[in-house]
Amino acid sequence: MTAPFPTRKQEDWRYADLEALQPVWEQFAEPLTLIVGPGETFEEVWLPTADDVQVRRIQLALGAGAKARIFALNTAPVYGRVELDISLAEGADFELYGANIGTGLSTNEIVTTVKHVGVGGRSRQVIRSVLNGKATGSYLGKVEVARGAQQTDAEQSIKAMLLDRGATANAKPELEIFADDVKCAHGATVGELDAMQLFYAESRGLDPAGARALLLEGFIMGLWDSASDCGAIAEAARAALQRVV
Amino acid sequence: MLKITNLHATVADKPILNGVSLHVPAGEVHAIMGPNGSGKSTLAYVLAGRPGYAVSEGSASFDGRDLLALEPHERAAAGLFLGFQYPVEIPGVSYLQFLRESLNSQRRSRGEAELSGAEFIKLAREQAKLLGMDAEMLKRPVNVGFSGGEKKRAEMVQMGIMNPKFAVLDETDSGLDIDALKAVGAGINRIMRGPGKGVLLITHYQRLLDYVEPDKVHVLNGGRIVRSGGPELAKELEREGYVEAAA
Repeated sequence: MTAPFPTRKQEDWRYADLEALQPVWEQFAEPLTLIVGPGETFEEVWLPTADDVQVRRIQLALGAGAKARIFALNTAPVYGRVELDISLAEGADFELYGANIGTGLSTNEIVTTVKHVGVGGRSRQVIRSVLNGKATGSYLGKVEVARGAQQTDAEQSIKAMLLDRGATANAKPELEIFADDVKCAHGATVGELDAMQLFYAESRGLDPAGARALLLEGFIMGLWDSASDCGAIAEAARAALQRVV
Repeated sequence: MLKITNLHATVADKPILNGVSLHVPAGEVHAIMGPNGSGKSTLAYVLAGRPGYAVSEGSASFDGRDLLALEPHERAAAGLFLGFQYPVEIPGVSYLQFLRESLNSQRRSRGEAELSGAEFIKLAREQAKLLGMDAEMLKRPVNVGFSGGEKKRAEMVQMGIMNPKFAVLDETDSGLDIDALKAVGAGINRIMRGPGKGVLLITHYQRLLDYVEPDKVHVLNGGRIVRSGGPELAKELEREGYVEAAA
């Protein structure tokens, strides 16, 4: 039986493009479950496809001391959703580096729940959004630290760049902590390109579009630095940026 | 080469330049000196086309072209270089990428062939070495983590790479120790001294002029040139201060 179709009243679907999701819901109704065994390492690079609607729903359980690192470029022409539900056992380590790059009327969102269940887990989520036109880019990220998950170290860094007045960025980091010896940091900024940086680049000979592209590249590209092979995602991100500049 | 006539400019509706007239012929270096708030940096920004710096009257021509009608990047392609008083940091973008894309963008708009990665790196290394800067620093993000002196040296490396026809250098000497000052002075002479080139050197102090001898010195005060003279004027200013000398 297919899971019920979500409604906007559900917090983690409130910015979703449900109309775009409806026709393809059956394919995505059940999240994919993955398990990374104790001490094992998992790394994936999620590249965009050519589909109008691109959805990934993953449940990922990290065993004790397991490490997972995900690089995600979310840039669907209509609706893109990267949904991750992660649980971390003792000493597990999770990193997500994600970008929403949106143009036109598109909606791209990254929705995560990171559950620190064991002691000494570490999670780090770095999300960057670049949006133009009337595009929406969202990050909804809940970090749950269970009772007893002491020495948890969780970090969320969310930054968005709006290139047009009609573009929207939503950033909602959320913490639910039931342990008393933890470190949970989060920061969110929404801004525009810096006028002085643009002028500096233009004074060196870059035309306005080239200057914007270069600054945005600097804003996004640092995300992929730690990937074992960042070639494909860097290239896809560059192509996506060219569409929004 | 650069001809400024009765230039008036405002910043946030406040008049800053009140009728600057100045002619720098090809082959000459002119110094502009003046007290804080006299309009020196505004003049530099107006010449480079910084948004928000509005020209309300007057004109500026560069090699016979109407400079003020050009966008900032078109001014760069035409051969104008602004050395920033406060060079800007750009996190996430390496100096090499920044300068290569800038230079190639200039070359494209002049109808010249772009430099390949290898050609560019060779040029950048050469220029960094001539300015006494570690070429490894060019792999770092633009000006991020650079000291004040390193930023100014890097401006000169940029100027060497761009090889412009005309440079407006806005207090390039501020924040430099003596060795850096000598290196920067030598850089200006090497890159910018020559027929068909010109420099407008904006400075507070005489000391840079010990290394880059100007053909003319102008005193800017209250948004106008109040006095002009030869190199000896700079020495007089240093001795007597702006109030006396400009009186």
